[in-house]
Amino acid sequence: MTSLGHYLILSAILFAIGTAGVFMRRNLITILLSIEIMLNAVNLTFVAFGRHHGAVDGQIIVAFVMTVAAAEAAVGLAIIVALYRHRESLNPDAFTSLKW
Amino acid sequence: MDLVLTAQLAIIVVVFVSLIHAAAGMVWVERKVCAYMQQRLGPTRTGWAGLLQPFADVLKLLFKEELRPKAADPFLFTLAPMISAVTAFVAFSTIPFGPPITFFGLLPHPIGLEVADVSVGLLVVFAVASMGVYGIVISGWASNSKYSLLGALRSSAQMISYELAYGTALATVIVMAGSMSVREIVDAQQGTWWGFLPRWYVFPQLVGFLVYMTAGIAETNRAPFDFPEAEQELVAGYHTEYSSTRFALFFLAEYINMVTVSAVATSLFLGGWHGPFLPVEYGVIWFLLKVGFLLFVYVWIRWTLPRYRYDQLMRFGWKFLLPVAVINLLLTAAAVLYFDV
Amino acid sequence: MSDVLFYVFGAVAVLTSALVIGQGNPMYSVLLLVASFGAISGLYVLLDAPFLAVIQIIVYAGAIMVLFLYVVMLLNAPQEDAGEWDRLHPLREPGAARLGAVLATLLVVQLAWALSKTSGIRRAIGDDDSGPLVSSVAEIGRVMFTDYTFAFEATSLLILVAMVGAILLARREGER
Repeated sequence: MTSLGHYLILSAILFAIGTAGVFMRRNLITILLSIEIMLNAVNLTFVAFGRHHGAVDGQIIVAFVMTVAAAEAAVGLAIIVALYRHRESLNPDAFTSLKW
Repeated sequence: MDLVLTAQLAIIVVVFVSLIHAAAGMVWVERKVCAYMQQRLGPTRTGWAGLLQPFADVLKLLFKEELRPKAADPFLFTLAPMISAVTAFVAFSTIPFGPPITFFGLLPHPIGLEVADVSVGLLVVFAVASMGVYGIVISGWASNSKYSLLGALRSSAQMISYELAYGTALATVIVMAGSMSVREIVDAQQGTWWGFLPRWYVFPQLVGFLVYMTAGIAETNRAPFDFPEAEQELVAGYHTEYSSTRFALFFLAEYINMVTVSAVATSLFLGGWHGPFLPVEYGVIWFLLKVGFLLFVYVWIRWTLPRYRYDQLMRFGWKFLLPVAVINLLLTAAAVLYFDV
Repeated sequence: MSDVLFYVFGAVAVLTSALVIGQGNPMYSVLLLVASFGAISGLYVLLDAPFLAVIQIIVYAGAIMVLFLYVVMLLNAPQEDAGEWDRLHPLREPGAARLGAVLATLLVVQLAWALSKTSGIRRAIGDDDSGPLVSSVAEIGRVMFTDYTFAFEATSLLILVAMVGAILLARREGER
């Protein structure tokens, strides 16, 4: 029988994968994708706990997290597009210096 | 094996095979109807009245050479038509085409005539339709050609824009029926008003029906919204570089999407399988008649109306169809609240 | 049966997520992430949340990822090339990648330890009979519009601000 612990371990693994992606990847879009992985892991935790307590609050919070993630992805991608137009690169290290 | 399980598996097989044959049949219907509308005969030589024409077409397609442009991404190039075809089939899975029947007493208890009855069935149709965009976008990108990319971007932008009006029209029906399960929506439309007018949602919700059909036609990239595949404009849009089996899959996906949109419109607005004169167990016949009628309307519209230009198309979707759909939703919600319709 | 499905969906989610960060082509990363979202949607169904599962497909896999795909296509995002910035970058050396994997594993272990202190963690999902309540859309609507009304309205404002901001940020210079 799958218990709450199973789902929480799974979401912990997904969260760790997402974190590893944010730190190790040198491409802005992949970093944003890793953030989405982390958000999904958290969503899974919420829904699992919601089911555990027999309430729909977990699902409602996930709905809000999804909405915020959509807004954040839109703005983040717009920033990436603007940055790319400036420096022709998607490597975050290209934006470390303040002057040309 | 359990008889009920066998019957459910049989339904899955029947639905799958019927969808493929429906696509083939639509090829013939389209050619014949457009021919008669243009005062000519259409296919007459392949089989009686040209009925074997679709099979001839499919055979021809399958025997053509499988081309792939050298610079095309091989994995994505093959994946794209698969995504289109799979989403087209999956979208039909929650649509019931008949009442719960026992197959003339063979089964211990009645089973519903659909692949899966999910409590959020209508949203599943919408979700899978929004996954269909991937097939088009990936095919345009993977072909590595200008025409494909432009056609794919235009086509997918059109689909995404009309998804809003599509979803709002669906939301209107959900408000009226109080459920998201397609079976329950169909069941809410049985009976008649004043003895003769069936309780189909098309009568109180004519605007919703028109919005849904328009958005559906735009979603399936059919005329008058088929600018992205118009031959004079973009060679053939996102499937320019495709040939043989992969092209056949796109072709198949387009016709099955048409069937799905018609089937959903039938279930939501035209009362599904309910109809007079026949006992309830034979509702499948009414369902097929209604879907057939809507498919004929699809073909009729294609060969009657001229094509929208792309900017006109987008303006229509955003500035006219979406506000109409939203206002319709507001009025419906208010009416349901105050009049308990 | 649902146990087998949990392991299948879980394995697909973990594998595709690992491939998202593991392989180089951003286009493939986006599509693998879509597959991961599909697997997570399946997990939601197992947790008696079918409405959320479909919403996940519609919003995440069907809208946000399409946006990502458009941006990847627009920028023609190249593979991570060893440009002049990271030829000598410390994080590109193999030792750093191994350290990153070790740290990620430590993170999992730490999270698992913290979660194991939760009460009732071994209770099976689906043990109680609150399944029909949790999966009903009417209940979700009722709670969302009574207890979480403010969050709902604030979120709609947030989306409006994000939409305006995104359009403004991605505009080319000199455009009206």
